[in-house]
Amino acid sequence: MNNDLYIYTLRQADNAMILCQRLCQWVAKGPELEEDIALTNIGLDMIGQARSLYQYAADLSDQDVTEDDLAFMRDEREWTNLLLVEQPNGNFADTIARQYFYDVWHLAFLEDLLNSKDQMLAAIAAKSVKEAQYHVRHSGNWLKRLGDGTELSHERMQSAVDEMWQFTPEMFESDELDQRLLAAGYAADLTKVKTTWDETVTALLKQATLIKPDDAFLMNGGRKGIHTQHMGYLLAEMQILPRSMPGCDW
Amino acid sequence: MHALEQNKLRLEKNKLRGEQDKLREILSFVTDPEIPVLTIDEMGILRDVTIEQDTVKVTITPTYSGCPAIDQITQDVNTVLTDNGYPKSEVLLVLSPAWTTDWMSEQSKEKLRAYGIAPPCRTTDLSQSSEEHSLAFTAACPQCRSLNTQQISEFGSTACKALWKCNECLEPFDYFKPL
Repeated sequence: MNNDLYIYTLRQADNAMILCQRLCQWVAKGPELEEDIALTNIGLDMIGQARSLYQYAADLSDQDVTEDDLAFMRDEREWTNLLLVEQPNGNFADTIARQYFYDVWHLAFLEDLLNSKDQMLAAIAAKSVKEAQYHVRHSGNWLKRLGDGTELSHERMQSAVDEMWQFTPEMFESDELDQRLLAAGYAADLTKVKTTWDETVTALLKQATLIKPDDAFLMNGGRKGIHTQHMGYLLAEMQILPRSMPGCDW
Repeated sequence: MHALEQNKLRLEKNKLRGEQDKLREILSFVTDPEIPVLTIDEMGILRDVTIEQDTVKVTITPTYSGCPAIDQITQDVNTVLTDNGYPKSEVLLVLSPAWTTDWMSEQSKEKLRAYGIAPPCRTTDLSQSSEEHSLAFTAACPQCRSLNTQQISEFGSTACKALWKCNECLEPFDYFKPL
């Protein structure tokens, strides 16, 4: 059970960590100052959540590891985040599409995880869920504004939604570990999460005058450590300092 | 129980309570570095203070998961206790129950307003519908108290604040987000 919980916690931590890294790449590049601040604030929430989760994962691990080891010393094939969160920032609409799809999923996931029998996961979820409510409102408002905006913003928003769509089914895939933990009352129910996600996203896309893409093509593999071509570059940038100067402190 | 023993027990209890009050008083020197008008107790971050043997155990909870002030607060707690004759102290971080702005008293909110930060409304006052959230609530300008204000961004200078502006006196201001 402990090893299952370790992997389950690590998966959530990896999502938060990688998305934080992406969001923080917007520092000083936001389309306006307020947006620069908003995206990095959301990144700050994500790194906070990642830290709580990595600390817990380190406690659960049967090896002598720290939160930093987990974040900075693992290679690409050991990362279990969703492919969606590692996608490049692209233009602002791309970032918003990625963020909105994740935020709706994340909120529904956390709301179900509140009932986890694992007290620590439930506590982290209770803390994160309030932050996630702010996140989804932010990305949802932008998606609506850009979709139902000018001709150019509509076109960019639609193309971003089309591009990110292929990475969304992976969020609802449930493997044996998920099922074992769900049966034992520890994990979030991804079927429930999917129902909420479908309803919410369909409604907002409509409001934003955007077309919901078909489920024709899907990408997965993140759980097994098989990532898109962007992941290695992201990790290189994120991990270079602690790897070139192990144990360095300030 | 013997009257004498009872008395001794009561004295012991009073001493402990006296000590706790004293510790809380010492800790009232510790403020949130981002909001220096509020102590950690007034913020609702300080959850518990106990003393075991000669070690003071202080329990605190972060506002937001990624609140960078928490390390500073931990350091300040240790420093202020050492300076006041308690060299041994431990700071414990708890996540549950999750911090909420509802733990702030009315006096604390008034202090925030006087400092120039619009205080949070109660979380129960927020509309359940996430979409209407910012429409349902209007923050009063902490400078001129006008309600003719508008939200610029729900994310501001720190994790716990949103950015607003007053259409009356034209001043921008921070709004402490209800959480």
